Amino acid sequence: MARIIVVTSGKGGVGKTTTSASISTGLAKRGHKTVVIDFDVGLRNLDLIMNCERRVVYDFVNVIQGEASLNQALIKDKRVETLFILPASQTREKEALTKEGVEKIINELSETFDYIVCDSPAGIEHGALMALYYADEAIVVTNPEVSSVRDSDRILGILQSKSRRAEMGQDPVKEHLLLTRYNPDRVERGEMLSVNDVEEILAIPLLGVIPESQVVLNASNQGLPVILEDQSDAGQAYDDAVARLLGEDREHRFMTAQKKGFFSRMFKGS
Amino acid sequence: MNFLDYFKSKKTNTANVAKERLQIIVAHERGQRDQPDYLPQLQQELLAVIRKYVEISDDMVQFEVDRNDSCSVLELNVTLPEK
Repeated sequence: MARIIVVTSGKGGVGKTTTSASISTGLAKRGHKTVVIDFDVGLRNLDLIMNCERRVVYDFVNVIQGEASLNQALIKDKRVETLFILPASQTREKEALTKEGVEKIINELSETFDYIVCDSPAGIEHGALMALYYADEAIVVTNPEVSSVRDSDRILGILQSKSRRAEMGQDPVKEHLLLTRYNPDRVERGEMLSVNDVEEILAIPLLGVIPESQVVLNASNQGLPVILEDQSDAGQAYDDAVARLLGEDREHRFMTAQKKGFFSRMFKGS
Repeated sequence: MNFLDYFKSKKTNTANVAKERLQIIVAHERGQRDQPDYLPQLQQELLAVIRKYVEISDDMVQFEVDRNDSCSVLELNVTLPEK
């Protein structure tokens, strides 16, 4: 049985796809057979972030509608042996994802994969509901910013009421908070919500804090999951998050401001 | 606080403002989330009944459900217009 993990947020642009790419790559790098599914029908981008956009032949909807087999649609990652990508359809209607269709595919993937990572679209509409419906665990990607935190809380409510686990009265979906685009300097200056603030408001366990970093954009420019930039702060922070997801106990890093020299302190923020 | 902070302009700590606003709105929305599905319609129908007798606007009505361990209390507050 595979563990099904949804990467969700409610709000757009907070780093769901970046996170899906890195978490799935991290799991696969540790030898777990992993598939990452793009649920954003009509606005697929996971393929671009994972550098396989030119290898897409069939997609998720093709498989649901029986126009292709799973094996035909799955794209094998070129960097990590045990990683596969199932791209979203770019041309179909969002409603092409049916509960039954998604279930059939997830069940089939469950037979051979250890982890199924579902990259949710933004919003709380059909595609987002489909992405979270079958989840065992949820990574709620949040920026330290008011609209993102509010939307995350909304998505938590939906996980607790509209997921399969909720509907069936099973154990609830296991929730993880992943705080991204975190800027310790601004937190220190009182300009940005701190990790503790967000934890206190959302009241779910913290999986990781990804610092705001230029490396993230540089990596996505090249179609490289940022976790593979293993010398960078953001890459290492994602690696820590994957380790914690697998039950390892790792201390949180990159949460305090860099110590600055005397001169940069005297002249900053003027 | 180190002494350099003393020279910085005394800007308001906007993160604290954000936190307070979020705590209020999130608590409010969570309260609504736990309400039974029929509540909005019940609210509309109760309003309709009241409107048969007095002219009231939506903002003159407060509709709240308080949950305790053993029971829930539906609280309806209507401000009647002056004659």
